[in-house]
Amino acid sequence: MSEKKYSKKHEWIMLDGESATVGISKHATEMLGDIVFVELPEKGKSLNKEEKAAVVESTKAASDVYTPVSGEIMETNQPIVDDPSNVNKDPENNGWFFKIKVKDKSELDSLMSQPDYEKFVKDNPN
Amino acid sequence: MEKTALYNFHKNSGAKFVPFAGYEMPIQYKDGIVKEHINTRQSAGFFDVSHMGQFFVSGGRSTELNLEKIIPLDFKEIKMNQSKYSFLINDEGGVIDDLIITRVENGFNIILNAACKDNDIKEIAKCLNSESKYELRKDLSLIALQGPKAETILETIIKGVKELKFMNGNYFKFLEKKIYITRSGYTGEDGFEISVPNIIVENLIKLLTDKDAKPIGLGARDTLRLEAGLCLYGHELNQEINPIQANLKWAISKKRRETGGFKGWENIKKDLQNGVSKIRVGVKPAGKIIAREGTKIYSNTGEEIGIITSGTYGPSVNSPVAMGYVKSKFSEIDNKILIEVRGKKHEAKVSKLPFYKKSYVK
Repeated sequence: MSEKKYSKKHEWIMLDGESATVGISKHATEMLGDIVFVELPEKGKSLNKEEKAAVVESTKAASDVYTPVSGEIMETNQPIVDDPSNVNKDPENNGWFFKIKVKDKSELDSLMSQPDYEKFVKDNPN
Repeated sequence: MEKTALYNFHKNSGAKFVPFAGYEMPIQYKDGIVKEHINTRQSAGFFDVSHMGQFFVSGGRSTELNLEKIIPLDFKEIKMNQSKYSFLINDEGGVIDDLIITRVENGFNIILNAACKDNDIKEIAKCLNSESKYELRKDLSLIALQGPKAETILETIIKGVKELKFMNGNYFKFLEKKIYITRSGYTGEDGFEISVPNIIVENLIKLLTDKDAKPIGLGARDTLRLEAGLCLYGHELNQEINPIQANLKWAISKKRRETGGFKGWENIKKDLQNGVSKIRVGVKPAGKIIAREGTKIYSNTGEEIGIITSGTYGPSVNSPVAMGYVKSKFSEIDNKILIEVRGKKHEAKVSKLPFYKKSYVK
């Protein structure tokens, strides 16, 4: 597995061979509060980088989740649909959203490393 | 941006602030909305609602008769220390604000919504003459203590509050100051609203937290009132909606429903006699989909029939809950409807209100 990367829209992505796992960052869950509803993309769906892939709703509002890279959805994480609080409990591991077959690995180059993301969050608190 | 007297308390309790009606208010604390909500239902929580207007009007019978022009209550029927839920009505019968009015010594306390209070006072003042005196009490904070343990907790701090009946109040003594407490709230739970001078409100909060009452933010206040089927001004109520459409006929005194004599009476009379074209209902989505404010409502056959005015996830009923307006002929309980969320229509039904059963002390 390679290094975990982050998007400016607060998704994380981890590449493993030809596919990558995507979720939302711990910081994102802290901003959203209690997540009470998750809608995931359909398997087999092709998405372009930064296209809307999923929806999360907190008690306060609905937010879109975007895919940080282009590709085809291979697998989705049903346990976070059945119990959305699983996202809050472990956002960057068991609370993953979907696995995507990566079309162009170079798209990951523009994403942030963990230290860069932490700095980004500090500079952009909201 | 204004701050309440408890701003520092909120900050030190880990509150996340949001601007609300010109005030910096806590939307939630460290525990988050769901835990705060559950804590209020299972134990006790307190809310700083000091942004709301505490408006005091004094005067004799002519003041009451003038207030009756804009508030559709029969003031003769309001007993000493009794509270009533009502509205300020505009010339078309629309709701300028919803309020709680309590008869106290020498006059009435009227609790007004924060976002409406300045305009409300202008509208009330227009109806009054020089006999009446009025004042917005900015020296007072307002704390709502809500939940099944509210009575036990408050009784240990202020003796005698347990004798209060729902929608009744009285004066009590706290730290040598005369304070006013009503048995009321807006969560669907038993509880109290405590009007207390700003200078001693932190002392009260300290005693409440010592007894394990938890601070609750505006986020959980919204999920609690929605489960309880209660209206929020600016969502279910506004200047274009009248109380009959809002399904709040009961909040107009019987005598006033028969004889009128208040602003907007012609329109309200028409709706009382002929029925309304649209009406407020509860909406329960069939699945987990949340219908937010602005979500369109359709009939089973695809006709657009209304709109959602508030919607969220209800932590105590563990499902989405919403309220909205539909054309009256679709308002029957359990009637199947469709809600359009993110471009897709989802099954839902008209639900009886409240979603969560109240436990008021009668």
